Amino acid sequence: MARIYIDNVQYEVPEGQNILSACLSLGFDIPYFCWHPALRSVGSCRMCAVKQFRDENDARGHIVMSCMTPADDGTRISIDDNDVREFRAGVIEWLMINHPHDCPVCDEGGECHLQDMTVMSGHVYRRYRFKKRTYLNQNLGPFINHEMNRCIQCYRCVRFYRDYAGGRDFNVFGINNRIYFGRCNDGTLENEFSGNLVEVCPTGVFTDKTLRKHYARKWDMQTAPSICPHCGLGCNIIVGERYGSLRRILNKYNHDVNGYFLCDRGRFGYEFVDGPSRIRQPLSRHDGDRSDGSLKAVEKKEALDLFKGISMDSARTLGIGSPRATLEANFSLRQLVGAENFCCGMSEHEERLVSSIIDILRNGPTYSPSLRDVEMCDAVLILGEDVTNVAPRMALSLRQSVREKPMEIADSLRIPRWADASVRQAVQDEKGPLFIVSPMGSGLDDIAARTLHIAPDDIARLGFQVAHEIDPDSPPVLDLPDELGRFAAHISAALKSSRRPLIVSGTSCGTLSVIQAAANIAWSLSRTERIAALSYTLPECNTLGLRLIGGLSMTDCFQKVLSGEVDSLIILENDLYRRAEALLVKGVLAKCKHVIVIDHILNRTGKESDLILPAGTFAETTGTLVSSEGRCQRQFSVMPPAGQTQESRIWISDVMAALGKDSAVNYSTIENIASEIAREFPVFKDLTEVSPPVNFRVFGQKIPRQAHRYSGRTAMPANVTVHEPKPPDDPESPLSFSMEGYSGIPPASVTPRFWAPSWNSCQAVNKFQKEIAGVSTGGDSGKRLIEPLTTENGVYFSELPEAFNFDNTKWVVIQSFHIFGSEELSSLGDSVSQRIPNPYIGLNGDDAASLGKDNGCMAQLIIGNVSLKLPVRIIPTLCSGLIALPVGIPGLEGVNLPAMGKIMED
Amino acid sequence: MLSLVKGIWTVFKHSIRKRETVLYPEEKPSLHPRWRGRIILSRDPDGEERCVACYLCAAACPADCIALQATQDEHGRRYPEFFRINFSRCIFCGFCEEACPTYAIQLTNDFEMGEYHRHNFVYEKEHLLINGSGKHPEYNFYRVSGVSVGAKDSGEGENEEPPVDIHSLMP
Ligand code: SF4
Ligand code: SF4
Ligand code: SF4
Ligand code: SF4
Ligand code: FES
Repeated sequence: MARIYIDNVQYEVPEGQNILSACLSLGFDIPYFCWHPALRSVGSCRMCAVKQFRDENDARGHIVMSCMTPADDGTRISIDDNDVREFRAGVIEWLMINHPHDCPVCDEGGECHLQDMTVMSGHVYRRYRFKKRTYLNQNLGPFINHEMNRCIQCYRCVRFYRDYAGGRDFNVFGINNRIYFGRCNDGTLENEFSGNLVEVCPTGVFTDKTLRKHYARKWDMQTAPSICPHCGLGCNIIVGERYGSLRRILNKYNHDVNGYFLCDRGRFGYEFVDGPSRIRQPLSRHDGDRSDGSLKAVEKKEALDLFKGISMDSARTLGIGSPRATLEANFSLRQLVGAENFCCGMSEHEERLVSSIIDILRNGPTYSPSLRDVEMCDAVLILGEDVTNVAPRMALSLRQSVREKPMEIADSLRIPRWADASVRQAVQDEKGPLFIVSPMGSGLDDIAARTLHIAPDDIARLGFQVAHEIDPDSPPVLDLPDELGRFAAHISAALKSSRRPLIVSGTSCGTLSVIQAAANIAWSLSRTERIAALSYTLPECNTLGLRLIGGLSMTDCFQKVLSGEVDSLIILENDLYRRAEALLVKGVLAKCKHVIVIDHILNRTGKESDLILPAGTFAETTGTLVSSEGRCQRQFSVMPPAGQTQESRIWISDVMAALGKDSAVNYSTIENIASEIAREFPVFKDLTEVSPPVNFRVFGQKIPRQAHRYSGRTAMPANVTVHEPKPPDDPESPLSFSMEGYSGIPPASVTPRFWAPSWNSCQAVNKFQKEIAGVSTGGDSGKRLIEPLTTENGVYFSELPEAFNFDNTKWVVIQSFHIFGSEELSSLGDSVSQRIPNPYIGLNGDDAASLGKDNGCMAQLIIGNVSLKLPVRIIPTLCSGLIALPVGIPGLEGVNLPAMGKIMED
Repeated sequence: MLSLVKGIWTVFKHSIRKRETVLYPEEKPSLHPRWRGRIILSRDPDGEERCVACYLCAAACPADCIALQATQDEHGRRYPEFFRINFSRCIFCGFCEEACPTYAIQLTNDFEMGEYHRHNFVYEKEHLLINGSGKHPEYNFYRVSGVSVGAKDSGEGENEEPPVDIHSLMP
């Protein structure tokens, strides 16, 4: 601890910080622009000036930049000194000289850091009377709006985009007072994290283009804490609603998970909620004829009555759950149909991979790291994953992890880590070891020490050999080619010389042996007295949670249907056409007498069902998801489901009631379901503690979803009725749909927004942390379910796959992931859909030439019963002998990969 | 005793004073120009809607009786898609007018707003928007702001330099 004196009062602060973050942690307000808790200090804006004194006898002092000055023991400063106040007022005045008169039409207004800092520094009157500098703006694609006139040249955007997120297509241009931040030419920002510019830029230069389509001010949005539904990482988000429609997603700081940043899929993928495929009304087919596709809207009561007509013989009814639905909804369905009739909604293959991942994490000695842990790892091996496109936010963390080892250079020069510019000078292009072994190039290749593109089976073999090199007890690969052997030795040496190695793998290769090889490596490392981290990426937001509940696999379920054992199928938020071949699914649906779908979007499965019950999306659902880390987190609805829609689990409990199924437990409340899950599955024993209980109150008050400045309460519904309705109740959470309630800092998991007096922008998050960039004042959010068995060593896997052997006719078709397109829900949104690639058949250049194909030529690919005619895309990095097929993008759903394929001769 | 007499004297004096009461509605009262009556939305000197849908009036309104939704035209000019005032809640405090950065929303001299049904007090944009600029006839927000909105491109507003040439190497 260091003792520092601020305006002659003594405080204790942790060592190794700069004055700015120390003061902010203590709750002082010092204005700043260029410093960012994750991007650290460069000292370019001169806004954070304070006066420093040599000792207690120094009465004059000198002005320093607090972000660039260490808060060492004995530091004496003044924040309130007159000279320094004047200095800051001067700085903000010249930063504002060219600033346009835009606030009323600026999307940043009301949550603008520049507004906050201007007011904080006391600049209230414009003296400058001359002409203002202007810029031309660029079209930066469907996500980001550009308004350069508002720039104050703090450089945060480039530092984030290039230095932190590794983007190449954005930079600072010009000289003198003509500094420009943008792209070389108009065009879409390519980086997967471009959306963070909205929050990083302290002004309105970069704003959310999707929000602009239905703009509302921060104070007017009803907000709730939620969990991103678009991949397995479980980033925390703040969801904003106005007039019953979803308006935007903001990052919700979670120290352990996403920190300050989200990926673009998570931030802009929300538009499906109010999109054209949304279902708002129960739909039913009365005549039982499924061919004409005409579903008629019915009332809720009618829909539930239809159930009475459907024989729900429990032995002849199957329920199909979903990895994109909450634990509670899945479990309710399981209770409705019975555990032996519940299918977990994953293909058999995927189910096997996920089960083995769970076994490895539960029974092995290695832990699955949080994203924060990932950032601190100093050597990384990625086996078979394109992290950027599968679990995007983790790629951003991996980018920080390669800076971990070179930090030693800065440490040895005694440069504090927060002095970002100096650290980067010292480190230059030095990077920590990151090895990527995958079938084709990935988004992180530019920072990898070495990449190798080989077939999945070879990836596994290489992995097994790496483990053997680290610990001779683990099984060797005897006939490994020399080149791979040398590479394995190289990787193992790097991993062995690190302090915190990390192995990343997952289900993308679709190969069990890759997953096992990753485990072998991590286990061998943990026998060398290291804390080895082992992270498996998973494609969907609740894959892990659903597998922990378990159930039949999709294949078993289809088998049962096709053998005539099943009359009715209840499908929960799951498009079967994305899980299996269209022909098979069609057959299965046709075989069932009754197909009932509970979902919020109308997909192919829904179109072929007899009854659709309109569910709530993540924005209207309170429930729990388990991330790929094994972290259980709760999402809260931001608005009550409108009209006839209701949460899936409520539909299920209504169906239970309609069927007259009496059970001892009332499944209509989330707490009952959670405690039932906890009772049935020991792994979920902490489920009821994931967030504060439903009856949690602060000073007897609920936590309001609406800000205290929420406007229009008596005019919003006035076109319908002038008698203002009472705000809807929320019996399922400690949050209320109103502006009344506790306005202080609530527990982190139920914090609906970041706002503090004088801090209207997202940077108010400073006030919600125990110390800057540290844990939240409101405690942890979420609970880790799976902890490693430190007593176990892990029994090495020893089943080695055969080496990949390509014989020129049988191609192995592998999955290629796309951040925009591979995930179902985000792809339905208008903005994201503009970024989805067209379907293609990916081939290595040589292979394409041997087939006589060029980029763009049509080719016909046969996989089992599926025949695809698509243009060829040459992927230079793709391993020879493989074909890459984009996953899940429109037109390519339901192709289960990897599989053998054949390219037809023309 | 004395105070009682004084009181009666005062009452007597008033009975012969000129009356303040006017025979409304036959006789119209004269109102000050800053009287705060029925609210209107004005137009800028070019005849375009002045309101830029900034939501500040709604935020300032203590009765929370203003609701609107922002949208923009094909040139990026922002305006309200709908604008609703529930006059049955309005307390005519004038905070909205004070908050408005564009002089769009103004209170007028009309106080004669009797209705039999409350829902007739709900005014939409078509009821609020007038065909003139009301007070502050000269002001045109989009001329002084930095955004380009079709009629004016970046650098063509009042007090603006032409856009900088970022490729220039001149100091
Ligand atoms: S960036 Fe901030 S200060 Fe500048 S116009 Fe926008 S809201 Fe106003
Ligand atoms: S665009 Fe924003 S982040 Fe970038 S320099 Fe300008 S004000 Fe700073
Ligand atoms: S990384 Fe995954 S969870 Fe995080 S924001 Fe992106 S899609 Fe959502
Ligand atoms: S304050 Fe003025 S410009 Fe802003 S929304 Fe209200 S009327 Fe429109
Ligand atoms: S924040 Fe310290 S100089 Fe910019």
